Amino acid sequence: MIAALALLPLFALTTFGPDETNELVAEVMVGPSSFKLMYPAPNEPDTVFVAAFLFDASPVTNAAFLAFVRANPEWRSDRIAPVRADEAYLSQWLSPEELGPPGPHNGPDQPVTRVSWYAAKAYCKALGKRLPTEHEWELAAAADETRVDARQDPEFQGRVLTWYSRPNSAGLPDVGNGVPNKWGARDLHGLVWEWVSDFNNTMVTGDSREKDSPDKTLFCGAGTLAAADGGDYASFMRYAMRSSLAGRFTTRNLGFRCAHTPNTTPRKGLERR
Amino acid sequence: MRKTSKTMKRVYGGLLMAATISLGACNGAPKDGPPPQAVSLDTVGSGMHVTDDSGAIAGKGIFDRMCVGCHSVGGGPRVGPDLAHIGEKRTTEWLKEWMKDPMAMVAKDADAKAVYEKWNKVPMPPQGLTDTQVNQVFAYIAANSGPAKTPVLTMTDTNGLPVNLGAGGSKDGDFGPPQGPEIEAVLTSPPFVPPAPDRDYPAKVIVHLEVLELVKPISDGVDYTFWTFGGTVPGSFVRVRQGDTVEFHLNNHPDNKMPHNIDLHAVTGPGGGAASSFTAPGHSSRFTFKALNPGLFIYHCATAPVGMHIANGMYGLIMVDPPEGLPKVDREFYVGQGDFYTTGKYREKGLQPFDMQKAIDENATYVLFNGAENALVGDNALQAKVGETVRIFFGNGGPNLVSSFHLIGEIFDRVHIEGGSRIQENVQTTLVPSGGSVIVDFHLEVPGTYVLVDHSIFRAFNKGALGLLVVEGEPNLAVYSGKEVDEMYLGDKAGGGPADRDAVIDAAAAAAEGKLTKELQVAAGELLYKGTCSTCHQHKGQGIPDVFPPLAGSDYLLADSKHAIAVVLNGLTGPITVNGNNYNSVMAPLSNLNDDEVAHILTYVNNAWGNKGARVLPAEVKDVRANTPRAPGAAH
Repeated sequence: MIAALALLPLFALTTFGPDETNELVAEVMVGPSSFKLMYPAPNEPDTVFVAAFLFDASPVTNAAFLAFVRANPEWRSDRIAPVRADEAYLSQWLSPEELGPPGPHNGPDQPVTRVSWYAAKAYCKALGKRLPTEHEWELAAAADETRVDARQDPEFQGRVLTWYSRPNSAGLPDVGNGVPNKWGARDLHGLVWEWVSDFNNTMVTGDSREKDSPDKTLFCGAGTLAAADGGDYASFMRYAMRSSLAGRFTTRNLGFRCAHTPNTTPRKGLERR
Repeated sequence: MRKTSKTMKRVYGGLLMAATISLGACNGAPKDGPPPQAVSLDTVGSGMHVTDDSGAIAGKGIFDRMCVGCHSVGGGPRVGPDLAHIGEKRTTEWLKEWMKDPMAMVAKDADAKAVYEKWNKVPMPPQGLTDTQVNQVFAYIAANSGPAKTPVLTMTDTNGLPVNLGAGGSKDGDFGPPQGPEIEAVLTSPPFVPPAPDRDYPAKVIVHLEVLELVKPISDGVDYTFWTFGGTVPGSFVRVRQGDTVEFHLNNHPDNKMPHNIDLHAVTGPGGGAASSFTAPGHSSRFTFKALNPGLFIYHCATAPVGMHIANGMYGLIMVDPPEGLPKVDREFYVGQGDFYTTGKYREKGLQPFDMQKAIDENATYVLFNGAENALVGDNALQAKVGETVRIFFGNGGPNLVSSFHLIGEIFDRVHIEGGSRIQENVQTTLVPSGGSVIVDFHLEVPGTYVLVDHSIFRAFNKGALGLLVVEGEPNLAVYSGKEVDEMYLGDKAGGGPADRDAVIDAAAAAAEGKLTKELQVAAGELLYKGTCSTCHQHKGQGIPDVFPPLAGSDYLLADSKHAIAVVLNGLTGPITVNGNNYNSVMAPLSNLNDDEVAHILTYVNNAWGNKGARVLPAEVKDVRANTPRAPGAAH
């Protein structure tokens, strides 16, 4: 009887999530490289130069985000200002500072989802980093295992499209399991949509059949007409997804990773911001 | 005089009626009221030729002071209705009585009461005008109404049903602000259709439509990730009335991966709503539109890449009923056709992804009704009864293929061509554009299973564009008998024209009198032998070596007459020896020949080509027929 009672306190002491110091996440160097834009702006050249940047090798996990929230309780789901996140923010967690028993979306090593752009920005800033820009992210994502720019390859596009058409019923896999691409980054496709700092840069209109020129509205059915490469539906759908978002939105399939410019040192651990 | 209507604080409504009074009918200066203004034609405002004699100019003065607060002439409804063309709708007497005391009219006249209720029960007070003044106002209204409207053709078909349904185009479809209580739209899943709107006024209808991405079978053992409106392909059926104001909520389920929007072909406005409904997962968009045109309209997702969203099943139908409604039928069904593109082959098992290249090449893997191969077969077949009139609301979501819609065994009695207002009748197969629709009505006379197909027929039988309508009831043999006879047809082998049949006719006549002779039989048999037996045994009974045995001088034939009868009736297979030669062939049973014919043929062969065999009588043939079993499938 007493022996049984002695076992009870052991359960109360167990905690979830990583420890508070949060070691540095693996990063890879992406670029420098020229990059052919999917959606050049009207007076912009269609190729940009992207300077080298350091890029998280995989998306931010639930465990890492939990450590951030613990250190910065104003980003708890029960304390965050509504203007910074919608009602579904971190709703896959058991409680504002607990992941809960691992399920389809709240496992410690699964990518954190249901985070708003504001929350993602704050996390990166707490580490002395930032969100990648759309050009940076797309440059990194254009690569497959052997090539810097695989976007013209129908097989590559097909793989990406297959993920888009798979249903959501299965849970999310853990991060880091994807095959690294030419830059060494993983899980840019096949895991979650990811925030970028200028996600509403390329304003795909609500009616995807018109873009810029009124003449193009005559051609019903493909906003891709304005796209530099109309055949790259895989990239196109990411632009469409991003333009449906607003800064406070969260979705079940939307996560993020951080980037930073070389020669700036990220902080170890998460300081209050 | 009353004060100008502009200063009136209370709001008056009601109906001011005007008759079509020919210009110039009214004469003279008014007894009271302002003297006719010395104004030019331009100030009348209509640009139409108006003489002082008609009093229209004076009428304008009265109208502008007393009526314009609630009514316009050609400027749309205000508190009260637009009075343009009012003379075409109401008689002069009615209007004058109304003008004297509107509320008294409402109390005793059903039409007046209906109008009062339609316009929100706002009472119109009597205006205190003299007869002359009333005539002047009427003249002004007539002058400003513009040309009389061309009456809409009201042709009917032979059953008295209209062949033009729905009030013109969008310019005629604005019936004013919504009235009555707000209505929560009833949406149905295919193959069912919501009931027709049962009201005679435009209302506000609220629609909540949810987008769901889900995995469902597309064929036996084959799964596909569908993107759907309301969880089905095609999506939920929406039904409103022309002139309705629709408040549309598009809800993108939080479990979905993709953003979506909606383009309803019934909407007049940018993108058909798509510009105003782009929605991220876990969010909802709202926009409002007025359904100005009647008809059956496709709706679909228009998020890029649009072809992929449509190919994954994002289409459905919205019906905008004409104000007078559709003719009543016994059953209404909802069927949607679509083409589908998978990387695997047709019926290749497993979860099949969408194949973009096949979609671009318009190389469909499946062409289906209601999103799955078995959607309208077996237990899911449509049901109806003999004597019923059935209506199918049929949409073609595409994304690529045009449909040749046909119902095997039936003809479409009435077809709303392309889902619009004109009726075509008696159509076998109707073309339904991709992103288009049709409504078909047909009356059932005969029970059985009728098959819906796309008559680009390989799609029906090799890609799945097939559904069933099972009709129960009493057979109607006068309309359709089913198979009555199955008999031999010998073509040109049946032995020449009428003259050649003489020998057979003579034999038959003699037999009837009991005077059948061997010679008559031989003559008839010779005729019958040609074309039946000579095909194999040849004209001189010589047969074909190693293939068909001879009959001339045949020891096998002449050995046993009764056996020969049985061979003719029941056929013969297996090895035999004739005149020392072996044969192993097949002789088909000829039990379709009657007793007389067999007897005549055998009598002939037994006595032709030097044969000296027996005569065979019909009674003997009858005896053998009765006592030997028929070959399977042979006639009696």
